[in-house]
Amino acid sequence: MSRSRTATHADAARPTDRLLSCLDTTGHLHTEPELPAGVAPLDLKQALLQMTLARRLDTEAVALQRQGELGLWPSLLGQEAAQVGAASALGVRDVVFPTYREHAVAGCRGIDPVDLLGLFRGTTMGGWDPAATGVQLYTLVIGAHTLHGVGYAMGVVRDGDVGHGDPERDRAVIVFLGDGALSEGETNEAFVWAAAMDLPVVFFCQNNQWAISAPFSTQSRVPAAQRAAGFGFPGVRVDGNDVIACHAVTAKAVARAHAGGGPTLIEAVTYRRNPHTTSDDDGRYRHAAENDHWTALDPISRLRSHLEGLGALDDEWLEELAAAERTLGARVRRGCRELPPPPPDQPFLHTLTAMTPELARQREAHLAFVAGADGIDGADRSEERS
Amino acid sequence: MTEQMSMVGALNAALRAELEADEKVVLSGLDIGELGGVFRVTDRLAKDFGTHRVITSPLGEAGIVGSAVGMALAGYRPVVEIQFDGFVFPAMNQLVTQLAKYRHRSDGRLSLPVVVRIPVGGGIGAVEHHSESPEAYFAHTPGLRVLCPSTPAEAYALLRAAIRSQDPVVFLEPKKSYWAKGEVDTAAGAADPVELDRARVVRPGRHLTIATYGALVPTALKAAAGLATDGTDGPGGPGGPGGGIEAEVIDLRTLAPLDHVTVVESVRRTGRLVVAHEASQSGGIGAELAARVQADAFYDLEAPVQRVTGHDTPYPPSRLEHDWLPNLDRLLDACDVALAF
Ligand SMILES: Cc1ncc(C[n+]2csc(CCOP(=O)(O)OP(=O)(O)O)c2C)c(N)n1
Repeated sequence: MSRSRTATHADAARPTDRLLSCLDTTGHLHTEPELPAGVAPLDLKQALLQMTLARRLDTEAVALQRQGELGLWPSLLGQEAAQVGAASALGVRDVVFPTYREHAVAGCRGIDPVDLLGLFRGTTMGGWDPAATGVQLYTLVIGAHTLHGVGYAMGVVRDGDVGHGDPERDRAVIVFLGDGALSEGETNEAFVWAAAMDLPVVFFCQNNQWAISAPFSTQSRVPAAQRAAGFGFPGVRVDGNDVIACHAVTAKAVARAHAGGGPTLIEAVTYRRNPHTTSDDDGRYRHAAENDHWTALDPISRLRSHLEGLGALDDEWLEELAAAERTLGARVRRGCRELPPPPPDQPFLHTLTAMTPELARQREAHLAFVAGADGIDGADRSEERS
Repeated sequence: MTEQMSMVGALNAALRAELEADEKVVLSGLDIGELGGVFRVTDRLAKDFGTHRVITSPLGEAGIVGSAVGMALAGYRPVVEIQFDGFVFPAMNQLVTQLAKYRHRSDGRLSLPVVVRIPVGGGIGAVEHHSESPEAYFAHTPGLRVLCPSTPAEAYALLRAAIRSQDPVVFLEPKKSYWAKGEVDTAAGAADPVELDRARVVRPGRHLTIATYGALVPTALKAAAGLATDGTDGPGGPGGPGGGIEAEVIDLRTLAPLDHVTVVESVRRTGRLVVAHEASQSGGIGAELAARVQADAFYDLEAPVQRVTGHDTPYPPSRLEHDWLPNLDRLLDACDVALAF
């Protein structure tokens, strides 16, 4: 315990302004002293596949929203490298606490893309089994889940699942958050707790520059990574459009958490290229030029040109990729429309473990009402009376 | 100078009028500047009054409300925006333990003229935390005034009065009514803050009282219209239930302090009360009204008070909200029950 505490403080004192990166904007790999190659190898073709599929899902979902099939969609366009880089650094026993934009993380963890849509289509409040996938449900209340990650990590420590050096046994928690979430009180409480208890948590902040219309400067006057020092744990700034660097810093932070070294804050510097959600109008608060700048830094084309440079992408593989995209697109479009509408009494069934007599009464009345309202009687009656 | 405008337009006009009238009025909240708020209630205000008066705040509801407490202590009149109903809870501590209590704790020496605006309610097909009705939490807290307008005209008058009030006001804006148009008299000047505590009889009647607020007021008016013109073959026969019923509709407008006097007076004449709200039933505004009416008008009641409310479950996924929310049919059913006694 005391050993790791010392390590924490020493690490926290490091300067955190430097943006770690491995892959430049033209797809050229360069050495990053903090992230020596080979320390955290990444299957680059697999990463490209995951990023491409995540983008395809995103494109399809935006279109589905436009067609009225989804009420809302928070797009991840531009954030694929940060998410795939981070998710690919996790072990199967590590647990993810996402926001509402971690579609690529969910993809890497094997969540069916159609299951991601239910929340936004209004058929469910969740959509997948957190225990089976190691991905907790999306959290819409900014920052609330940062504390859940902390509590989960307290459980991991109590279970004795850190510090064994055994990847089958050691566990960590990764909490995804946005730059806006840094301003919520609850996030700051989470940082305090994680530090005070040396918890195995990686806070992975996707600094996509905007919290709806508020620029990063409204949330913080220093790079997010610098915040960590004030709480007493290390902060790392990484190029969020560089999947290799994102993977490497996350792997390091997870390894540190597994070893009992305590929390890390990663700031992945990236950009949200679409409006905040399909309901947002970003033309009111930012210039298209900014978007163009970041489009030139696109994480997918960067990795793709790197792999092309290596001659690693043959036609056969590229055709497989295109086919996987097409399959995903078709599956998402069909699956979305086929998502089962919830039974009318669904909220009653899961409010408490056991139905209280009063709730049972309300449920009966509701079901009777719905049966009547959907039948000829109710419809006629309101027509005639209004 | 009456104009047709939406509730969003009316709220915007009210904020504009008060920003103009009193330089101590300051607006703060998420995205309220260039974006004009996610519902555009603050559209163009930052442009016209400057970002020192219309502040796009950092994210953090405790920060938004807590800093408003401090600004009010410094002599300002903050009007802050919470982006959606479901996101007010991080600010609950500031609202309940601080904002609501300061006057009392200072033996009346200090007042906190803070308005906390919150879009509320469902029926717009939104995702979770964007359709909730948290009014009972605030109404349960002594020291907070809780208002909920139902029309653009009401929104305009009540918001101006709220900003002028020396007491903290939780100002609930029914999202479903945001885009409905109505006549607004923008030349009327600000209403007397005392008006804040009065419910409004929006349709007089003598057989039944329907009391509601916010987005359900138009539904109640439809129900009253339906009851009036419905056939006379109801269970009560001509003039009885199901025919030629004159329902009185009361828009509560103020949920704390609750104007039960207006409701009790109405029930003394009609003998029957139906209360409607979107918020879940147990511990809701309807429960409070039912208790007051049975205490104050017991011998005038012809029927037990009926409640048409959301159910005691979390707000459902939006595909279910249509049937889950109190609607015209449910309201009419409850009226029939009350009339059948
Ligand atoms: C407590 C709370 N307040 C307000 C909101 C409304 N809201 C939804 S997303 C968002 C911006 C979040 O920005 P950031 O944390 O940077 O994440 P991003 O959406 O950019 O990924 C806001 C204000 C919310 N969801 N929760």
